[in-house]
Amino acid sequence: MTAGRPERAVSQEDGHRSYYGRPVLKQPVWTWEIPWYFFAGGTAGASAPLALAASLAGNRRLERTARLAALAGAAASPALLISDLGRPERFYNMLRVFKPTSPMNLGTWILSGFGTATGLAAASDLLGVFPRLGRAAGAAAALLGPPLATYTAVLVSDTSVPVWHEARRELPLLFAASSAASAGAVGTIFNPPEAARPARRLLVGGAALELAISEAMKRRLGDLAEPYEKEEAGRYEQLSMGLTAAGAALAALGGRSRLAAALGGALVLGGAAAKRWAVFKAGFQSARDPKYTVDHQRERLQRRPPEERRTETFARGGRGR
Amino acid sequence: MGFFTDTTVCIGCKACEVACKEWNDVPDTIGLLTGESYDNTSALGADNWRHVAFVEQRKPVKVQEAGLEGLEPSAEGEDGFRWLMSSDVCKHCTEAPCLDVCPTGAIFRTEFGTVVVQEDVCNGCGYCIPACPFGVLDRRQGDGRVWKCTLCYDRLKGHMEPACAQACPTDSIQFGPLDELREKANGRLEMVHEAGVTDARLYGADEEGYGMGAFFLLLDDPEVYGLPPDPEVVTRKTKSLWGAAAAAAGALALGVAAAFAGGSR
Ligand code: SF4
Ligand code: SF4
Ligand code: SF4
Repeated sequence: MTAGRPERAVSQEDGHRSYYGRPVLKQPVWTWEIPWYFFAGGTAGASAPLALAASLAGNRRLERTARLAALAGAAASPALLISDLGRPERFYNMLRVFKPTSPMNLGTWILSGFGTATGLAAASDLLGVFPRLGRAAGAAAALLGPPLATYTAVLVSDTSVPVWHEARRELPLLFAASSAASAGAVGTIFNPPEAARPARRLLVGGAALELAISEAMKRRLGDLAEPYEKEEAGRYEQLSMGLTAAGAALAALGGRSRLAAALGGALVLGGAAAKRWAVFKAGFQSARDPKYTVDHQRERLQRRPPEERRTETFARGGRGR
Repeated sequence: MGFFTDTTVCIGCKACEVACKEWNDVPDTIGLLTGESYDNTSALGADNWRHVAFVEQRKPVKVQEAGLEGLEPSAEGEDGFRWLMSSDVCKHCTEAPCLDVCPTGAIFRTEFGTVVVQEDVCNGCGYCIPACPFGVLDRRQGDGRVWKCTLCYDRLKGHMEPACAQACPTDSIQFGPLDELREKANGRLEMVHEAGVTDARLYGADEEGYGMGAFFLLLDDPEVYGLPPDPEVVTRKTKSLWGAAAAAAGALALGVAAAFAGGSR
């Protein structure tokens, strides 16, 4: 009850008004599993198409590491998700319905399909059995991987949390870029420089896009970008930007040295994980402080032409009055 | 069916809070002194399905009594004080984001048009919590599931009015068919305006879009009571969100393909 209590506004008249400084929204109850799930699912989701492309290009080594990365992520993801539930034993209730209005429901289906396909593809690859089934499963995983990497952006932006909902245009691409960088990083770390070339390009391209989209997102959020600059989210955001930039530079310039490339890959992975934490924590911070809800909504009302100010209409007692 | 809460006659007795807890067997969590006027419930949540807000304001009004007279603005220069009280509750939104995002189907719309969580289906994923623009839902400690006002689903089925409305001694909480309530509310708003209280406004009474199964007659801006000034039905954008995600997924696939252009080794 007392933990996490917001700072109290001294009076109703000072600055932004709210009820004793209390949040208008509830903070999410999601715990540490969720940002790690975004990271694991993203890395796995981008690794699956990387595996397919590597196999088509005849790059067996890269194909195998990418497949294993997809498998590891696909195995960790449901465990993380289930562990976060308040009633974990009721996980199956999500699979008893198909509910497209719920990003979490649809995402669970995407993850289930991806996990099955990835498991089959990896098993066939490692055991050397049923090669045709394995190829088909690999293609299915490559198809489901990118949606797995980006649906989590829909998951968070389909809420009333200001920094999530208002960033709905940038978040999917940010998650896609971050996932690409992670998948590239895994391929770079576990392969000799010659086999890792496409992975290294993916790492550098993904990281560059991640940095650019982050900046664009914060610019467009305007005042709402503030949570990205302070408290925990601010620290994660800085960490992410630093690690991603340094890792990408190292991999791009020192790519022919295996050590430099692997180090760059590790930094980029860290940057991608920190990015998920920054987005996650910024959401909590923006929900916790009523300023972001109230000021933002007030501004939105002001921008609207007077005849479309819906609160004004309902302030006068419904339409036409 | 729904609620019209007329805050101009609320006396802050908290009979609604107590009646709700009694009838619905909601755990007792009240007891902390917050120092925030007479409010020791603080907010809606898993264990508070009604919450009476107490707002103390320096405002030039005459001595305040329940009813209209006391609400008249005082003469110029008089230093006044006013006390606003309002009983908040789940809005039972006509377009409820909590219902739309729930991945298990635990939240459903009843035959009375209200929004109810089925406690035996909810897996405690918590998705509905940040989806609600009013901060209504929350997860109960040690229980793992989310809880909120059911609009006394069991009582409605038995042709009884909700416990909170029945317990309210001033009829600040009125229950009934929404169109009848809106009519009453508009009449009441006119009375209050004619009495010179021009700050009064209805909140959430719109039939379209924002139309809610619980609406309010307020005497100040919604945020003063802890309500959002311009709540948005966020889930109206779900389709376009999926569009953005699909485009990003396509870009990711293209990016992977591009990484192989110019040689795989
Ligand atoms: S007020 Fe919140 S909890 Fe109640 S129906 Fe609307 S969205 Fe759901
Ligand atoms: S916490 Fe329960 S009611 Fe809320 S979205 Fe999850 S399953 Fe549905
Ligand atoms: S309608 Fe029933 S459940 Fe809802 S606040 Fe009133 S008493 Fe509680």
